[in-house]
Parts: sequence; structure tokens; C-alpha cells
Amino acid sequence: MRKEFSAAIERIAATDEKIIFITGDLGYNALENVAAIMGPRFINAGVAEQNMVGVAAGMAYKGYKVFCYSIAPFAVYRCLEQFRNDVCLHNLPVFLVGNGGGYGYGIMGSTHHAIEDLACLSGLQNVKTWIPAFADEIDPIVDRIVADGRPAYLRLGAGPKTPEGSETTGSFKKVVSSENPKGTVVALGPVAANVLKALQTSDTLGHQFDVYTAMNLPLDLPSGLGQQWADSHNLLIVEEHVSIGGLAQQLSVKLLENGLSFRQFVSLSAQGYPDGLYGDQSYHQQQSGLDSTSIQEKLAAFL
Amino acid sequence: MTSPALTTDITTLSGQLRLKVLELYNKAHAGHIGCSLSCLDMMIATLILRKQEDDTFILSKGHAAAALYVCLNHLGEITDEQLQSFYKNGTTLPAHPAPNKHKGIPFATGSLGHGFPIASGIAHANKLQGNPHAVYVLMSDGETNEGTTWEAAHYAIQQGLDNLTVLIDKNGLQGFGQTADVFGDTADVAKWKAIGFEVVEADGHDVEALLVTLDTLRLQTNGKPKVIIAHTVKGKGVSYMENRLEWHYLPMTADLYDQACSDINDRYFTA
Repeated sequence: MRKEFSAAIERIAATDEKIIFITGDLGYNALENVAAIMGPRFINAGVAEQNMVGVAAGMAYKGYKVFCYSIAPFAVYRCLEQFRNDVCLHNLPVFLVGNGGGYGYGIMGSTHHAIEDLACLSGLQNVKTWIPAFADEIDPIVDRIVADGRPAYLRLGAGPKTPEGSETTGSFKKVVSSENPKGTVVALGPVAANVLKALQTSDTLGHQFDVYTAMNLPLDLPSGLGQQWADSHNLLIVEEHVSIGGLAQQLSVKLLENGLSFRQFVSLSAQGYPDGLYGDQSYHQQQSGLDSTSIQEKLAAFL
Repeated sequence: MTSPALTTDITTLSGQLRLKVLELYNKAHAGHIGCSLSCLDMMIATLILRKQEDDTFILSKGHAAAALYVCLNHLGEITDEQLQSFYKNGTTLPAHPAPNKHKGIPFATGSLGHGFPIASGIAHANKLQGNPHAVYVLMSDGETNEGTTWEAAHYAIQQGLDNLTVLIDKNGLQGFGQTADVFGDTADVAKWKAIGFEVVEADGHDVEALLVTLDTLRLQTNGKPKVIIAHTVKGKGVSYMENRLEWHYLPMTADLYDQACSDINDRYFTA
């Protein structure tokens, strides 16, 4: 998604002189085109993320719309207080962009993972967090973030193209429809690809489930959608994020508020580092039960 | 620039605003008196007497909010009625400046180390927009312990933000001791010079001299951000508060309030 993001910024920066792009000294082989087209509006603020976000708040106060880019954990955790106090409390158009959300940086190790980022950010005042699952979602999301003109966080990963025939409603996108679903899956971010693979590679699971992605937090759950899910009796949540403060927890509140219940409610989430060992993104997904085989097992239990 | 302050002399104004600060803290039965009195004269010089309409002033040491509020009240940006709501339920004037409520308070502050990066962003924006507006940020000397101070300082130097002036209220005391004992002197003139700032050392209670310094610095466009390291006295003007750590925290008793007012009257109005 980094390539799509870079292209989106290049496109909007060419026509909107109020766009500022600040990087925390990252973007090699990805942002050179952005730097070239933006000139002085492209700023490398060095390895100083707290200052980067404070500076962005000051620029936004003066009328600019400011993207702050880094690897996801660096864009979120180090400068969390700056984002909360300087940006969100003032409802300023500063947009954090974190590359490699979840276990995206794999073997780089735990310091480079962001599996609690949404818990940290999605409860802040005025903020909207965006978690695209598919690469072609980046372009419209960037447009939306700029048009909204409020604090935002964009979590980038690696995702395929949106399945054909998908439909968006509220925070959700329906990506797989079944005639008489035996359950519903709601996935957050690029791990949705594992859900699709789980269905596509199974002889028995195909055409038995509806699949949605949750594109943003806090959730907008349209009237009637939760009931459709409840009518399918079983709900599986899949997210490359810790359970606390993530999709499953936030969705649970919405469902309970609407008086909806399920025969089975299963949450698959990032488990951190259960064996204390490290590997690539797929390894960590497997350790957390987020791989397609584990997802197949959970779905089979619904039948 | 026309200022209400020009109708009275600076010492009298300093005394009047000190009495207002004391009145606010007395009614609120609250602390942060000493640190408000130490930076008040710097704020009179900068915010009241030199800040132009489109300049920006940020009080980064948000715990001196009462000093900011009385200055903005003097400028007519905070009404008397609003000022009297200080510390009360439903106020727009809590113990640390709140966001989005008053034109003269561009940002909520209180967690230390935030004002300087924000001010750098505003100064950089002014540069990009090609406007001549100045940016002032007032910090405490203890606040310069924060790592963001040094991130923002290097950013300001790298970006050539000579439209930015940092004012450091160097009263020598911080939360739980003397700055020299706690973390060393992070408001040291040599350090700020060494990294590339235009540095001026000043008496933070000599408003006339501060005005000359501010005017001189404003004319300098050498690409260097500026810092005024101002020596001040915590609790300035109240004999029993001066240079005393406890007056960062303590509220006044009725007797101590009377004595504080008496001290101010003696020092600022009867000379």
C-alpha cells in the first residue's frame, strides 16, 4: 500500500497547496516522487517524532493539512501525547500515517510492530482511524481524510485488490456474500486476505459465510447490519491487533447496545509474542491463530 | 501598536497584574503562584507590549496560566466575568490553558515540552506563507529538560526559523529541587549558543530592557532562531515566596494573602 499511498499524495499535492508532508526520516525508495513534487512542503523532520507531530499541529493551526509519516509504531507510540494534546484536542487536520501496521515489519522484531496502535488512537477526541484491507482503497481514503479535515490515522499494510462486487455501508465493506450464511466474518485490515484464502481453499466452507472488512474506527454500525449478522447466528472477528481496544471489543459494545446476540462469538486477535520467538509476518499470524488454516478451523466449528 | 498598558507606567502595570494573579489564586485557594509571578514581567513585555495582531504567543509552561489570563484580561481578550470563573466548574479558564476557547490561547498547554515544537511549526508555516509574523513561546527552565526542547531546537535551526523567539523563565527551581541539582542546567547560555541559537541573556523582571531586546531581535533576520534566557525570581514581588520551591504548590492562607498584597503595594506602588 506504500506505493499507492505515495501516488495518492503526489496526486493531491499537485493541486492542493495546503498539503504538507512531514516524514520522520523514512521513505527511501518510496517517497522520492513526493519530495520532488512538493518542494519545501515536503519536510524531513529527522528522527524526532514528538517534534514532528508538534510541528504539524502548528502548521495545521496556520491552515495547512499535514501528513506525518513513519513506520507505524514510531508514528503512534513515541508521539502519542503530542497527537492527543496538540492535534486531537484542537481537532486539527494532522494525519498520522503508519507503514507496516500489525506484524507488517515481521522479522524486524517487536519494536517495529504495531499491534496496539488502534487501541491507543481510536479513543482519542475527534480522531478517525483508517485500516484499509485492500491496496486500491488507499486512494479514496486519502481523499476522504483530507476532505474531512480532522485528526486521522492511516494504517498501511500489504493488501490485494478489493474483490469485485464489494459494497460499503458505514464503517464496513461487504466483500463476500452468501445466500444463506451460517455465520459472518468481520476482518480488520490486510489480514482479511487470510479470511478470503481460508474460504477459497476449503472444499466445505465456500459460500457459507458473509465476509466484511471494518475500514475505520470508531465504528459506524448502520441500523440493520448488526441484525443481519445476528441472523447468521455466528460471528468471527479477525484482527491483527490485540483484543483490548481493537475491533472485537469496540464491535461488542455496538452489538450489545443493539441487543444483539450470537450462538457463537469468536475473536481472533494478535497475541503478542506467546513463545518469545520471532519471524516474518506470516509466522506471527500463525502464532496468533490469524493464518488461513486457523481461520478455517474456527469457521468449521460454526457449521 | 496601541496598548492599554501605555496609559500607565510599567511598574504600576506589573504591580496591578500581580495583585490580580494573587486575587485569582486566593479565591481559588490554589497553587502555582510562584511560577506565575516569575514569568509575569516577560509576558507583559512580550504579550502585552510587543506582540502584534498576527503574531503568535504560546505559554508553554501552562501552569502559569493565571499570569496568561490576567494579561489577556488586560488586553481585553478575556472579560472580567470570565476571569472570575478561574478554577470554577464550568469555566473556560482551568488551572492549565484549555483548547479552542480564547483567541489568545492558540493551544492547550500544561504537559511540558509541547509549546516549542508547536511554535516551530507555526514559525515554519509563516515562512512558507511568506508572512512577517513573529512567534513567541515562553518556557520554564525546568521544562527545557524535556527531549522535545532539543528536537524542536534543532528543527528550528535546520529550518532557519529566525521568526521564532523562545523565552526561558530561568528561576532556577523546578518541580522537586533546584535545576542545577536535578538535571543540570538545560537553560545554559553556552549550550543554546553551541547548537546555533541567537542567544540573549536578560533580567526577566526588567521590562524596559526586555522591550529593547525584543525589538532588536525582531529586526535580526540572519536565519537563526532566537532565545532570551531570562533570569527571574520565583514568587517575584512577594517576600516570603521569593526563591522558595514550596510556592510552586502552596495556596495562601488569608493572612499570607494579606501580606502578599501588602508586599506588592509596597514594592510596586509606593516607591
